[in-house]
Amino acid sequence: MVHLTVGNIGHLCVIISFVASLTAAFAYFKTSSENNLQNSSWLLYARYSFYIHLLSVLGIIGSLYLIIYNHYYEYQYAWQHSSNSLPVYYMISCFWEGQEGSFLLWIFWHAILGFVLINVDKKREAPVMAVFAIVQAFLCSMILGIIFFKIKIGSSPFILLRDAQPDLPVWKIRPDFIPNDGNGLNPTLQNYWMVIHPPTLFLGFASTLIPFAYCIAALWKKKYSEWIRPALPWVLFTVGVLGVGIMMGAYWAYETLNFGGYWSWDPVENAVYIPWLVMVASLHAMIIYRKNGNGLKTSIILAISTFILVLYATFLTRSGILGNSSVHSFTDLGLSGQLLIYLLFFLIISIAISVLRWKYIPTSTKELEIYSHEFWILIGATILCLSSFQILATTSIPVYNKIGDLFGQAWNFAPPADPILHYGKIQLWFGLVITLLSSIGMFTYWKKASDIKFWQQLIIPLVISTLIWIALVISLEIRNFVYMTLLLISLFSLVANGSIFIFIVRKNFKIAGGSIAHIGVAMMLIGILFSAGYSKVVSLNRTGALYSKQDFFTQNNGKETKENTMLWVNKPEKIDQYQVTYRGRRIEPRNMPGYLHPNLLSPTQIDYKSIANEDIIKNGKTYYKKGDTVETFPENTYYEVEYRDDKGKIFSLFPRAQINEKMGPGILASPDIHKEWFRDVYTHVSSVPDPKGEKNWSKSEIFTASIKDTFFINDYVAILENVTRIKDYDNIKFSEGDAAVKATVKILTEEKNYTLSPVFIIKNQMVGSPVETDDDLGIKISLTNIDPKEGKFTFKVNTSQKDYIIMKAMEKPLINLLWIGVLLIAFGVGLSLFKRIKDVKENKEV
Amino acid sequence: MKLPHIIGIIIIVVAIGVIVSTTKDVSTYVNFTEASKIAESGNNGEVHVVGKLKKDQIGKIIGMQYQPQIDPNYFSFILIDNKNQERKVVYSEPKPQDFETAEQIVIIGKVEGNDFKASKILMKCPSKYQDNKVQVPPQKQARL
Repeated sequence: MVHLTVGNIGHLCVIISFVASLTAAFAYFKTSSENNLQNSSWLLYARYSFYIHLLSVLGIIGSLYLIIYNHYYEYQYAWQHSSNSLPVYYMISCFWEGQEGSFLLWIFWHAILGFVLINVDKKREAPVMAVFAIVQAFLCSMILGIIFFKIKIGSSPFILLRDAQPDLPVWKIRPDFIPNDGNGLNPTLQNYWMVIHPPTLFLGFASTLIPFAYCIAALWKKKYSEWIRPALPWVLFTVGVLGVGIMMGAYWAYETLNFGGYWSWDPVENAVYIPWLVMVASLHAMIIYRKNGNGLKTSIILAISTFILVLYATFLTRSGILGNSSVHSFTDLGLSGQLLIYLLFFLIISIAISVLRWKYIPTSTKELEIYSHEFWILIGATILCLSSFQILATTSIPVYNKIGDLFGQAWNFAPPADPILHYGKIQLWFGLVITLLSSIGMFTYWKKASDIKFWQQLIIPLVISTLIWIALVISLEIRNFVYMTLLLISLFSLVANGSIFIFIVRKNFKIAGGSIAHIGVAMMLIGILFSAGYSKVVSLNRTGALYSKQDFFTQNNGKETKENTMLWVNKPEKIDQYQVTYRGRRIEPRNMPGYLHPNLLSPTQIDYKSIANEDIIKNGKTYYKKGDTVETFPENTYYEVEYRDDKGKIFSLFPRAQINEKMGPGILASPDIHKEWFRDVYTHVSSVPDPKGEKNWSKSEIFTASIKDTFFINDYVAILENVTRIKDYDNIKFSEGDAAVKATVKILTEEKNYTLSPVFIIKNQMVGSPVETDDDLGIKISLTNIDPKEGKFTFKVNTSQKDYIIMKAMEKPLINLLWIGVLLIAFGVGLSLFKRIKDVKENKEV
Repeated sequence: MKLPHIIGIIIIVVAIGVIVSTTKDVSTYVNFTEASKIAESGNNGEVHVVGKLKKDQIGKIIGMQYQPQIDPNYFSFILIDNKNQERKVVYSEPKPQDFETAEQIVIIGKVEGNDFKASKILMKCPSKYQDNKVQVPPQKQARL
């Protein structure tokens, strides 16, 4: 049965939310135009329109969730992004796999933030919310999904499968056809970070609107300066939330993708990072303004730029313009025109209103002085903007090609071949200057400095950090000039900001947010320096040297081209200081910790359900009894890699290969990371035999052996230990005249010995030779004949290629400093946020 | 001009200079002939080449070499660019999974001698997901 009601309710809510945001915008506009703000009847009308908007947004989300939760595959969205096997806790992720759902998430946060704003700042409600509601109207139009004079406006998440794919022949035969299962959620999104990263990021994205709305409202109502105080907590909120959101994505990438790091300068990553940098710059400009009245124009420009850059980021990632240059931009829904109008509308409005009001904006008459903090902080803000500009300039390369196309030019620009090198070599220096300025800026901000005293105060941190630096450079043998400089500057910043922190904490901990955040920045930089600069490939392949006579394979025998190593199952290899052994494939069960050996499970018709072959016990707890159904993640295969270091300490890593049709055919490799205090050991598979492929078995070989004879199977030494009579075999009852014997064949491998026990059965005068299989060894063996006179036993053996992996292992020193730095920044920003909220509350009437 | 202005301008000018200098990193999409010319001119920059795998009449790939048992870090194949020029491509990483099914391949790297040394390989593959169409199961006959 096709469930039309829920979709109709949802679509109705979309239309109501669009109309309500338009009416709210109009009514707030009218309110702002009238002088008596509080008593205006327009105000009540506007407020209720916005509340209706909020309720209908909740209605959209509720309807869409019902559709996904109940597996209503008659809807395109549910079919495309969900499936029967999807665990409930990942259903929420379906919202941001699709473009419509992620617009919805954004709309949701705007609506919530609007609700909060209405209730915390009644004084500026009308003009600020007018801007808010206009933005909401634009966003709602993206999911409107109506056709207006042959122009498609928005793409609705409530479209039915039969309307989305009308060309399918099935509709002619079965108009009520509903697929049994959905296409599924991209397995890379089935990760706890992907449950919390997108909402956090979108909350940060959404909150960039608030400073923008305050700023535009201020320009519009000609109250140029008083907006900074109420907007400042929101700027801090945005910097914190967006920053944490970005770093959650970085951590997810580190854990899930296999490029060996946390940041790859992918256009989608850059698209969020660029506005964040500008927002940080605008935060500093606004703090200066609050301190002594300088930097108002800068604050205005930066608040506007941040929001425009958010719109530009939206355009880049959702219009399809990035094309092949990014792995995770959304597919084009035909909304590029609409997105461009959205971007240009706010760009033009902002520029127009700024130009009209520019000469009226008050400027400070005070001179900038070299010993004043505003000088250093404004230079710092400028460097932040330049840093973001460089990223913007390179990320926009596909846009230049499009512009070239418009003028009939085929420019064929391609992004830099090595983005990490390209951005890294520039951003490194920006980071260095910013870190240096952050310490000088903090010193001048907190300590009333006059010419000579200022430099004297810096001497102590300089001496301390230089001493630490010399010790580190010598003990860690740092010889790279760039790294040496970077380390010195970040140590200096760490010590200088640390001393500021101690200085402030003695007075009042609550105002120490800035110094804590800047300590975090310095720590992050040191973490990045070591984890990226001194990342070491430990899996350098040394076996290639054995084949040096075959010059075909050795013409590239440089060290940098030997980063992957091949491991045969159960064959230890010496890798750096470790002895590494590949132990075989593992399966991930859903409702218990750890991984399972494939032999424990038998497949069923449904790919994510298996039957337990024996009791499954982990850490003393029985999770499944023999014969129970075990739910697994069938698309994931794990490869147990055991590391034993030179002290005999053992740890196992489980890198993953994922069959992920949403990311293309082939496998998607995810690393596993062994965490220690001062470094991570990071391992991923680079190439594996097809996890779902059938094994190719060799033709049968016949071996005849007497007891204690030795022969070779699959390159292993095999010994026929003994042959004994057995009384029962696999629940088969033997009666008189029946007989069975079991041969014990020992297989010697370098590490341990395996025993295979093929049996030979005579029952009811029939002969049986069941096949014994060991996948790890790649051996199938059966006992086919017995010659009692000669004492000879005949075996039939098939072999297959032994299981193997090709893997890469890296060591990432001091990466924890990076994560600790992020937490410190978040904590510091949070502390400042509380301080600024208090400031707003205490000065409500000002 | 006051001292702060001068310092400020110097910092900003240096930063802009640094940005401008990165524009030379911008790569381009070229064919093998152009890639050779770029390499011969002494330019060490990497370029993008778009092409297809060389195949015989029955669709079997010709000239692909990968033997992980001997060297897991050596992979080579023959690519035909959009101008029908072919060239051996050498890649010092394992063969990407399902490389054979790629419809189109983008290689990033530079010409060295007779070979193209790739530092990165991007594949465009036919995918069930990209078609994004429902696979309708064969209809079962209703039993009376």
